[in-house]
Amino acid sequence: MADPMRIRAVAKDGGADVRVLMAHEMETGQRKDSSGALVPAWHITQVTAALNGKQVLTAYWGPAISKNPYMQFKVAGAKAGDKITISWVDNKGDKRTDEAQVK
Amino acid sequence: MKQSRRQTLQAAGGLGLYGAFVALGLLPASEAAAQQFNAKAFEAKTIADTMKALGASAPAESKDVSIISPDIAENGAVVPVGVKSSIPNTQFIALLIEKNPFALTAAYDILEGAEAEVNMRVKMGQSSDVYALVRADGKFYMAKKEIKVTLGGCGG
Repeated sequence: MADPMRIRAVAKDGGADVRVLMAHEMETGQRKDSSGALVPAWHITQVTAALNGKQVLTAYWGPAISKNPYMQFKVAGAKAGDKITISWVDNKGDKRTDEAQVK
Repeated sequence: MKQSRRQTLQAAGGLGLYGAFVALGLLPASEAAAQQFNAKAFEAKTIADTMKALGASAPAESKDVSIISPDIAENGAVVPVGVKSSIPNTQFIALLIEKNPFALTAAYDILEGAEAEVNMRVKMGQSSDVYALVRADGKFYMAKKEIKVTLGGCGG
């Protein structure tokens, strides 16, 4: 199981500004290890974000997203106390879900 | 007696096999769901092929789509890039990097409730043109920006 995500959601201008930092290696599949063998790709393929259980954003990622991915987006109409849930799935089938409250 | 023992064994064996199949089937299933989105688009190497795979034949360049990023990125492994669209009814945002091994970097489905602005950090192998592709009301729009990278980010 992967490390927890860090989620900050701040209410701002009638919406919420959500910032997520995930812990993931994001191996591209282009890199070679010391013996010259290709390191297989290992990256997050899909991220979903939900506000109070209702999905608002789906992200599909390729291997070119940086290691320990950071993502920021805005949700309209969210207020303090609302619940933001973020989940990701990687290409090995590993997954993680975390949630945070809008402040 | 013998008959019933055989039946029991068969039933048990069948169940075991079934269980194994479910266990085996489960992993690819979740992976398939994750890859459900247009695997072809992620495998496309050039901008044109990617746009074709996404169904955007000739996107119109639009001032309402902007790419928020530094002009010069020092470290190609971590380039902060944001895409913002002020076109109403934006449903989809994609980021393409021309000179990366695979052009499509990220795609976002903007559902009801989310604003048409996403920021992320990406890897860039070298200085390249970056394209933002946006779909609003079934039409595609794009924006282009060159980002210079002083230190490549995809590792040797």
